Amino acid sequence: MKPNTRIPLSFLWRMVLIISTITASAPVVADELRGTGDLGVIIERTSGSVQIIETTHNTSLARVDGLGDLSHASVVFSRDERYAYVFGRDGGLTKIDLLKHRIVKRIMQSGNSIGGAISQNGKLVAVSNYTPGGVKVFDADTLKLVADIPASYADGKLSKVIGLVDAPGNRFVFSLWDAGEIWIADMHQPSRPKITRFKNIGTNPYDGLITPDGRYYIAGLFGEDGMALLDLWHPELGVKHILPDYGKGDKKLPVYKMPHLEGWTVAGTHAFVPAVGHHEVLVIDTQNWKQVARIPVFGQPVFVMARPDARQVWVNFAVPNNHKVQVIDTESLKVIKTLEPGKGVLHMEFEPRGEQVWISVRDKNQVQVYDTETLQLIKTLPAIKPSGIFNTSRAHKLGL
Amino acid sequence: MLRLIGISVCSLLSACLLTTAVAGQGITPARQAELHELLIEDCGSCHGSRLHGGLGPALTQQRVKKLSRDMLIETVLAGRPGTAMPPWNTMLSREEATWLVDQLLKGVKTP
Repeated sequence: MKPNTRIPLSFLWRMVLIISTITASAPVVADELRGTGDLGVIIERTSGSVQIIETTHNTSLARVDGLGDLSHASVVFSRDERYAYVFGRDGGLTKIDLLKHRIVKRIMQSGNSIGGAISQNGKLVAVSNYTPGGVKVFDADTLKLVADIPASYADGKLSKVIGLVDAPGNRFVFSLWDAGEIWIADMHQPSRPKITRFKNIGTNPYDGLITPDGRYYIAGLFGEDGMALLDLWHPELGVKHILPDYGKGDKKLPVYKMPHLEGWTVAGTHAFVPAVGHHEVLVIDTQNWKQVARIPVFGQPVFVMARPDARQVWVNFAVPNNHKVQVIDTESLKVIKTLEPGKGVLHMEFEPRGEQVWISVRDKNQVQVYDTETLQLIKTLPAIKPSGIFNTSRAHKLGL
Repeated sequence: MLRLIGISVCSLLSACLLTTAVAGQGITPARQAELHELLIEDCGSCHGSRLHGGLGPALTQQRVKKLSRDMLIETVLAGRPGTAMPPWNTMLSREEATWLVDQLLKGVKTP
């Protein structure tokens, strides 16, 4: 045997060894036991992908592709925090395995959807649709259609549905943009939802929220001043119009992006909500639903999110003011800090106990992590046009 | 004859000016990129980033070509009172709004 043939052979063996070592030490997918309580999902909307992140060391674990049009996407989690359900704008509903980093199931359930919710018992996933207007309910395991609830009003027209949330009593609550109605769908018999309709709740409800205790559903109104309040302990009392005088006599500023009511912020007896057409955050007394203060801010607020301990409220803004974030102290009701993460701040998500907050900065292709005590930037992660950030801790919160 | 040439030069010139206005060549490529971004990201937040519609109606070529160009430009600049469509004249010039509408009429490449 010539020596030169032996060399390549031993080289080959070494290569095999090296390769097997790399494989063994590469990030393991589900071979190693791990929990999911520190995981999260970042929406990358133009590429139709999501990143799976972990918030213990603030790293990205994987990217999952093939989720379609993710503009205005949102996410809910299974109660075991293993699966993420991603609602896409194109009507796609995708179930992702956060441990195996892959799509378990994906369906196209409508032409155009806006958000979703998971039921109290974790068995049903509901999606609110623009086209055809209504709500569809799916089995959380299989994504098989369980119930179809067309949002029909006046002569069978279908309304766009917004502000879909889960409520105690295995109910879903949502609002009809075109019809100005709030509906409760009781899902005790999943295939036969019992619908309670509340008409004339106000013009163009644009989003809805449920208080963290699951008692009150509130819809923001785009077409008129005030908000619509429904006490889910006493639905028989009907919908009440609150904050009727807000903004009266003031000229409204143009609204370049609809505010969101997710992340309803209650600090003591105060609730913080975005004003519509005014560069202000409104403070409401939840005992009597009267406005107690207006906090001037940098732009039209989009998200008004409370740190989990509710000592701070973080606010981002609509274009052309979407390069800054402001932090409000909930005790003094003053802006204590203005940060400038960069153009295209789209969303903020606190870590489960609030010591850090993740902020998506679309135009910088970045997600930034801030320490909420020092208000300093502590980490930057690359992401493709990131929008929503969703942590698995949402799995155990009503309305999220 | 000379007058005729004069007229045809004139009409040629105005035709050129018209094409310029249509093509929006007064808008720098950098600004065009920004406007395209604005269309996808900001118009897209209501009309969908693939322009298939959302809270606002679809802005696909198929739909917008049935509408009047002037009306579309006015809608972009002045908004539509009584609806969620805001006036964009705080951020866009008439020329820029015209350029955007022409992009829609030609069909826009979306993500």
